[in-house]
Parts: sequence; C-alpha cells; structure tokens
Amino acid sequence: MSQVAPLAQKPLQEDVKAHFRPKTQGYVPRGLTLAAVVLIIAILAILLGNIVVGGVGTISWEFLTSPPEQGLEAGGIYPAIIGTVFLVILMVICGVPIGVLTAIYLQEYTRPGSKVMRMIRIAINNLAGVPSIVFGLFGLGFFIGFVGRGIDGAFFESNQPVWGQPAIIWAALTLALLTLPVVIISTEEALRAIPREVKDASYALGATKLQTIRRVIIPQAMPGIFTGSILAISRGAGEVAPIMFTGAAYYLPYLPSKLNDQFMELGYHVFVMATQSPDVDKTLPILYGTVLVLLLLTFMLNFTAIMIRSRIRSRRKGE
Amino acid sequence: MTAEKFDFKPKSKLKEWLGEKVIMLCALSALVSIALIFIFIFKESSPILTDEFIKDEVTVSEMVFPQQWKADEPPRWSWQPTSSTPKYSLFPLFVGTLKAALVAMLFATPLGVGAAIYSSEFASKRMREVIKPVIELLAGIPSVVLGFFALIVLASILQDLFGLTYRLNALNAGIALGIAIIPIIFTVAEDAMSSVPGSLRDAARALGANPWQVSFTMVLPAAMPGIAAGMVLGFGRAVGETMIVLMASGNAAIASWSFVDSIRTFSATIAAELAEVVFGSAHYSVLFFIGTILFIFTFFINLGGDVVLSRLRTRLQGKLQ
Repeated sequence: MSQVAPLAQKPLQEDVKAHFRPKTQGYVPRGLTLAAVVLIIAILAILLGNIVVGGVGTISWEFLTSPPEQGLEAGGIYPAIIGTVFLVILMVICGVPIGVLTAIYLQEYTRPGSKVMRMIRIAINNLAGVPSIVFGLFGLGFFIGFVGRGIDGAFFESNQPVWGQPAIIWAALTLALLTLPVVIISTEEALRAIPREVKDASYALGATKLQTIRRVIIPQAMPGIFTGSILAISRGAGEVAPIMFTGAAYYLPYLPSKLNDQFMELGYHVFVMATQSPDVDKTLPILYGTVLVLLLLTFMLNFTAIMIRSRIRSRRKGE
Repeated sequence: MTAEKFDFKPKSKLKEWLGEKVIMLCALSALVSIALIFIFIFKESSPILTDEFIKDEVTVSEMVFPQQWKADEPPRWSWQPTSSTPKYSLFPLFVGTLKAALVAMLFATPLGVGAAIYSSEFASKRMREVIKPVIELLAGIPSVVLGFFALIVLASILQDLFGLTYRLNALNAGIALGIAIIPIIFTVAEDAMSSVPGSLRDAARALGANPWQVSFTMVLPAAMPGIAAGMVLGFGRAVGETMIVLMASGNAAIASWSFVDSIRTFSATIAAELAEVVFGSAHYSVLFFIGTILFIFTFFINLGGDVVLSRLRTRLQGKLQ
C-alpha cells in the first residue's frame, strides 16, 4: 500500500506541473480583456454622447407637438410620435395575449421535455432569429398580398384597394409576430417563479386547472407579462425593416384614424430624413432630435422592464 | 387571503376542455406562424422555378453564374434589376453580405469575447454591475440609430482617417454591424463561461493553478463550444441585419474583394427595392428568393447554435456521474 501510492501520484503531480508551468500572474490576458471592456464602454459613450449633444438643442415642446414642414426641413415630429404610439398599442393588443397563452401552455400543460414542447421551443427560438427584413417580406406577401387582397376581393367591388395596401394594422401584426418570442420568454420566466405551493393550494381548495390559471397563475405572473410587453414595445418601436413595406409612410398630412390608414413612425422617419433628404445639413438638427427621442423612448422602456424583471428575480431567490 | 377570493364556481367540464384547447391553439400558432413565414416567402419566390414567363427573364443559373451581356466583353456578374435588360446575378450581393459580416466579426469577436472573459473571470462584483447594463444599453439601441450614426458620424471619421475614396463602404457598415452584434456574442459567451461549475474551478485551484491559469487552461476550453456558438449567432445576426447596411454601406452591387469599396447586401437589396417593385414580376420573385436564402441561412445558424448551447448546458450542469 505504501509502495503503490507514491508510484501512482508522482507522474500525476509532474503532469499537473507541466500543465501549469508558466507561473505568471496573467497580467497580459487580464489587461487585454479589460481593454475590450473599456473599448465597449467608450463606443457606447461616444455613440450616446454624440447623439445627446447633437439632439438636445432641438428638443422642445414645440418640436414634440408640431408636424414636419418644408419637406421635413423644419417643424416637429408629432405625427411620427403618435404613429409610433398607435402602432405599438395595436401590436400589443394583437401579440401579447397569444404570447402569454403560449407561455402558459408551455409551462402548465406540457410535460418538460415532451415532443410538443421541444417543437414549440425550437419554433420560438427560430422566430426570434429570423431577420427583421424577412418579417417585412412576410408582411407584404401574406398580410397585404394574401389576407388584405382576399378581403378586398370578397367584400369590395371597386378596383381601389381598401385592405390590400400598406396599413397600420398589417404593420402592427407583422411586429406582433416579430416580438412574440420576447413576450413568451419573459412570461415563461415569471411562470417559473411562481412557487409550487401556491398552485397546490389552489388545487387543494378544489379549483380546476383553468380556474387556477385564471385566478392564481395569471395574477401572479402579471409583472412578468408586463416586462415582456414593455420589452416587446421597445423592440417594436425601434424596428424599421418590417414596417417599411407594410404601412409606414414618408409623410402624411393626417394622423392614422382607421385600421387601414398608413402612418408615420419615428424609426422610419429617421431613415427617411437620413437617406432621402436633398439637403442633409439642413435636416441634421431635426434628424438628431428625432434620433434622441427614439433612443430615450427605447431606453426608458428597457429600463422599466429591467427594473421589474430584477424585482421578480429577487422575489424568486427569496423563496 | 380571504375565503371569497377562492370562491370558485362549480366546475364545468366543457369550459375546462375549451380553455385548454384555446390555450393550445395559441401555442401552436407560434409553430404555425414560423411555418407560414417559410411557406409564403417560398411561395412568392417559386415562380422563378415554375413560371415560364418569369423563367424567360431570369433563371437560377443566371443568378449564380457570370453572364455574357455584350459580345465583346467577358462574362461577368452583375445586379441591375431595373435596367432595360434586367440582370439578376446574386454574386455581387453575396460578396457584399460576406464582406460586411466578416468586418463585423473581426470587430466584434475580440471585443465581445474579451469583455465576456473579463466579466466572468476577472471582474469584481462592482465592475460586473457596470458591464452588464452597458451591454444591455448597447443591445437596446435600435439598428436604425446605429445606421444613422454610421452614416453621419462614423463614415466621415473613417474617411478622414484612412483617406478613403468612397465614404460609405464595407468597412464602415461592418464596424456598425459589429457594434450591433457585440451584445449577442458577449451574452452567449459569458453565459457559457459562468455555467462552468464552481467545483471544477475549485479542483483546478486545489491542484495549484492560479486564477488566470484556471481561466485559460480549464474554463475557457470547457466553455469553447458556447463561445463558438455566440460567434456563429452573431454572424447570423450580421447577415440578416438590414437598416445598418442599408444606410451605411453605399448600396453599390460591386463584386470586388476590397473592403473599402461600396457594397450591397442581400438584406439591403430587399429593403431598397421591394417598395418599387411590381407585385408578381420577376424582380419581385427574385427579392423573395433572396428572402428565402436569408431565412434558410439564419434558420440553420440558429438551430445549430441552439443545439450546441443546450448540449453544453447538459454537459456542464447535468448530473455528474
């Protein structure tokens, strides 16, 4: 016994020593990786600094509440703000209920690891990875070309398209599809955070599954559903590619009032002013102002969502 | 909780059954919609393969191989869908997409992976509380804002710095794309490294390794598949990203390998041309064909990334025998 142990250990020790030979403290890798962090922070700082400095002078109450004038070279961005708000409200109405119910199905009705669950999970992950321009194509091909024209063909006699044209409802539906994974994922997280005991208590009182879902699970998951909706709004408000062909307009003299109206939108407005303006120098202050408004909007939404989410997570840890 | 709160109505089997079916239908809608997306994009692009009238104007081989357009010129690839003889070669777009994504990867990988290593291995708790929100802020910037920044600010800086002929080029678009994909590379890589079990770290420490040796000889190799998956997912995002390249790349379909030439990518082509195209024309079908390519490409990238990551998770955190 006393002979065996040293024999077996000696080569191992040497092996370990050879493996870890250079006994440096690793200042170089530490410094290099720190440099990466510093660079990322610098990039963010330059980006935000540039936009804030460029845009802060433009933003005023008037800028936010008046329409564009003189071919976008003067005036404000009121219609774009209203269009964005209408768009995301419609998107939430169309998308959030489906996302929440999908999450409930995944968490409450399927066994973990079952085939249906895996299939849906893969579909959701892939939905999250589909490029936004493909959603734009889909919106045009399916919602406008198929559904919209189908409605026109069935109910309207005239050759003027009523539904088979770019409209706020088609853009909202396209965005709802795009943001579905966001809603599902954060609702699921909230559902997982609900303690088993709460559900058991509900069943023990004689409630059925559906009653438990309606009266116990959904109320408990509300903060998570809220987070998901806010993240979806923030994502949706920033996406331009899916709405370019499905409803956004360069300029409109009126606000959208019907589901088949076109609309102006902040992100698309930025794109139009940055690339289609005949004199970029003249539009630059307004452009910066619009970018700043868009950025503030998305950051505020994200910040709120992150705050709610961290509260859910700490509650979960507290169990 | 009061008793009234749990005052449940009598059970109804039908309601229960209906409720479950409604919930199930919603869940299946996610499945159906991804199938629908594919079916519709493919359906709109299929006339290229089936419609005789459109095949007259463009065929798949014309999109891939160089064509002889003038008698006295060698065959070449060109994308001019609106000229009098429309030319639909996808090769210049492929080159442009690849160049932009390559620049983005070269820019974002060292930063994203480096920051992930620092955050997971060296950073103090306080430092980590700085890094995480920075990455989240970066991830929250809409791509149209990054495109705007690249178009107005970055392009001028790069042009002055390197004395470039074209203000908008692959380098400019690629760097802006890189900024957009740093968060995904960072998040996935950091996740992989911090999911390496503490017991393995302790074991390496007990064998006499100092902290950085633990990181570089044990944690990093163990987390390598995750880091690779992060890079692949970042690449997928870079290929599909639209607004940045649409605004910052110059949109000239040139099949050159120079990184300071203007480029036109697949995604930007769709965005720039779909608005003016006639429903059902050859050009319309070709744009949907490009959409099909993008869809299939990102589908497999994401599927691959998912598989690698879930395998890594079970290997690192699954039951240790």
